[in-house]
Amino acid sequence: MQDSERLNLTFAALADPTRRAILARLATGEATVTELAVPFEMSQPAISKHLKVLERAGLISMDVDAQRRPRKLEPKGLKEAADWIERYREIFERNYQRLDALLGELQAKPSRRKPTNK
Amino acid sequence: MAKPAEVTFPSDREVRVTRTFHAPRQMVWDAHTRPELVRKWQGYEGWDMPVCDMDVRVGGTYKWQWRNREDGNAFGFLGTFTEVDDCSRLVHEQYFDPGDMDFAMPTGDPCIVSLELTEENGITTLICNLTFASKQAREDAVSTGMTDGMEHSYTRLDDMFNKGAVAN
Repeated sequence: MQDSERLNLTFAALADPTRRAILARLATGEATVTELAVPFEMSQPAISKHLKVLERAGLISMDVDAQRRPRKLEPKGLKEAADWIERYREIFERNYQRLDALLGELQAKPSRRKPTNK
Repeated sequence: MAKPAEVTFPSDREVRVTRTFHAPRQMVWDAHTRPELVRKWQGYEGWDMPVCDMDVRVGGTYKWQWRNREDGNAFGFLGTFTEVDDCSRLVHEQYFDPGDMDFAMPTGDPCIVSLELTEENGITTLICNLTFASKQAREDAVSTGMTDGMEHSYTRLDDMFNKGAVAN
């Protein structure tokens, strides 16, 4: 799978609030399908479906050796998505830092008020 | 201190940027709609902005172009304003110009850029939402030479701040 293709899967997986909640739960420690189904008040097949999407996106993995087959978070998958968002963020932030400076300049110019006496 | 820009991907072809500014809404609006102000901050160190024409009204168009001071390469954006709600909401359809479009408005699917401003206690919150034509278009936007150029030039940006070229 190409990087861009996997990123698409990652962002599609992250777009769903239930799946984000599942990730948040797994961030506190691994859990089985049964354990995940309880707090989300969903059937196990419904949870399994979400888990499959998260797995395909590389965001979680399953421990096949353990009898309970717990799912755990895959930090690398999340990091790639975060890095990609960071590229966007940086582009905007650099521009906005300049805008901060400009706004400071504009506010200083027309109405440079004397400090009020207190 | 203003909080740094926050970026989220609300859907697979959107990007949303949220940022606060310690300035009244009118001023942030002006900085986005008056060409003489726009060219002061919207750009990249090492790049001049020889073209910044904006006709801010519904149906009005704009052209932005940057030119690299060293190699003369150019790129820009052009588009049409579709919503202009003074001081609160600005929407435009935007096309990326890799440098050879000669300001001809292209056909095809633009990126829809919306800007929303709200003000509370003298702090203006800006939400900029970009809706690309496709997932691929969203990815292309950060992998074009444009952003490479930006990243390259950012290394010099801090210098500029230190020298006080922009700050008062």
